[in-house]
Amino acid sequence: MIQLPTIERMMLWLYAGVLGLLSFASLVGFVLARRVTSDSGRDTVRNLNARIKAWWVMVLVFALAFVVGKPVTLVLFALISFYCLREFLSITPTHPRDHAAIAAAFYIFIPLQYWLLWIQWQAMLTILIPVYAFLLLPVLQVLWGVTDDFLERAAKIQWGLMLAVFCVSHAPALLLLDLGPHKPIYLLFFLITVVQLSDVLQYTVGKVFGRTKIAPHVSPSKTVEGFVGGGLLAVLVGTGLWWITPFSPLQAAGMAAAIVLAGFFGGLVLSAVKRSLGAKDWGVMIEGHGGALDRMDSVTFAAPIFYHLVNYFFAY
Amino acid sequence: MIGAIIIGLTRFLVGGTGIWLGCAPSARQRIYFANHSSHLDTIILWAAMPPDLRRRVRPVAAADYWGEGRMQRYIALKVLNAVLVDRHARGSNPLEPLEDALSAGDSLIFFPEGTRGLDRLPDKFKGGLYHLAREFPDVELVPVYLDNLRRALPKGSLIPVPISCVARFGCPITLGEETKPLFLERARAAVESLA
Repeated sequence: MIQLPTIERMMLWLYAGVLGLLSFASLVGFVLARRVTSDSGRDTVRNLNARIKAWWVMVLVFALAFVVGKPVTLVLFALISFYCLREFLSITPTHPRDHAAIAAAFYIFIPLQYWLLWIQWQAMLTILIPVYAFLLLPVLQVLWGVTDDFLERAAKIQWGLMLAVFCVSHAPALLLLDLGPHKPIYLLFFLITVVQLSDVLQYTVGKVFGRTKIAPHVSPSKTVEGFVGGGLLAVLVGTGLWWITPFSPLQAAGMAAAIVLAGFFGGLVLSAVKRSLGAKDWGVMIEGHGGALDRMDSVTFAAPIFYHLVNYFFAY
Repeated sequence: MIGAIIIGLTRFLVGGTGIWLGCAPSARQRIYFANHSSHLDTIILWAAMPPDLRRRVRPVAAADYWGEGRMQRYIALKVLNAVLVDRHARGSNPLEPLEDALSAGDSLIFFPEGTRGLDRLPDKFKGGLYHLAREFPDVELVPVYLDNLRRALPKGSLIPVPISCVARFGCPITLGEETKPLFLERARAAVESLA
């Protein structure tokens, strides 16, 4: 007999909540699509509905991974790292002679980083890429003897690896933390929910009430109203989730605020990187959203910060 | 079956989608000519075609690479349905297998530079394209720019790395009343304009 994974009651409640939220969003999208009249409005609503549809798929994938457990969750994040790094390097002009370094980034450092997660070697997973990859990759580049833009080329690959692999892997790294009676999978749920809701709410509040642009040259869609309103709402949701975490309600609010802030700056910095490369989206993988990195940009900054905060204050 | 695996692997690693800017995919007889920087070029251009066209669009591949080794040979002949040419043939006409394929009504994927380069923009074209254009005036000549291939699997490296590649298809060109060098330069510029 195959043992089917059992879902805990707490997880069921969370899934029910997410399901309710998505159904509500789909309903709103459906109503808006019937009521919209202007051409630009129609485009916005079409994009909104594409995003909601993609959300259903993403939520389904994550829900499945969480239920099946750690191995599948790790594979899922390894794939996310893979696609993010692929997107990053695809629009970052490297030199053909950087091939060996890029091959090492993909074929050595992605599997190694997630293997360290699998064997729970916590100390190593925080230094593998900042120390060992940082030193090895430029060696692989210099051996070809091409010195044109050397510093720039080394930096490009290291940045890609840091963001797509090192930073992203800090989300599943939460599973390694010993939180006593609390299960770390709920912290991963907390992180992803707060980060993604913060993105969605900032976007929505910004679309409805947004007047003042925060950084018109970097990310024209980000507004002060959206950031404050959406950010506060996300903090509120995070606070409401205190019961699944080791945090008190006040601590949950603080953690959610840290996630929202880090996520906001992550989105801003990656937007600037994207613009410096002359692109609007990182890719076309997720309809309505752009690439995988467009969806993960805030996670890249929020995950390591949240991981270290929890590790420092709450882990045994 | 093998074809599906190759397409699946290609999509996973390097994407390889086609962007039809200057013309639509069509069963019309054509010569697709592209810049050449990687052994993957052949596969990417082939994978960028809609599935129903793949059988009749045959890549021209160098016999000294794709004809060597059982795996390469199998993929070249059975999966890609390639036309193998001997680049270093002495005495005989190296374009003969291409002319046979065109006479039979097939379309071709052709790399007029003759060899792979490291640069972003294509090098000078060799004469082959001119001769084929003169002999088969009814065949459409479609320029294609293959982007990022020189980084995904550059000349001299063994394994492809996951960098998204695209094939951009441009407006067909025709051979006019012009000299060979002028035509070849115009064809090269047509590929370059898609870069």
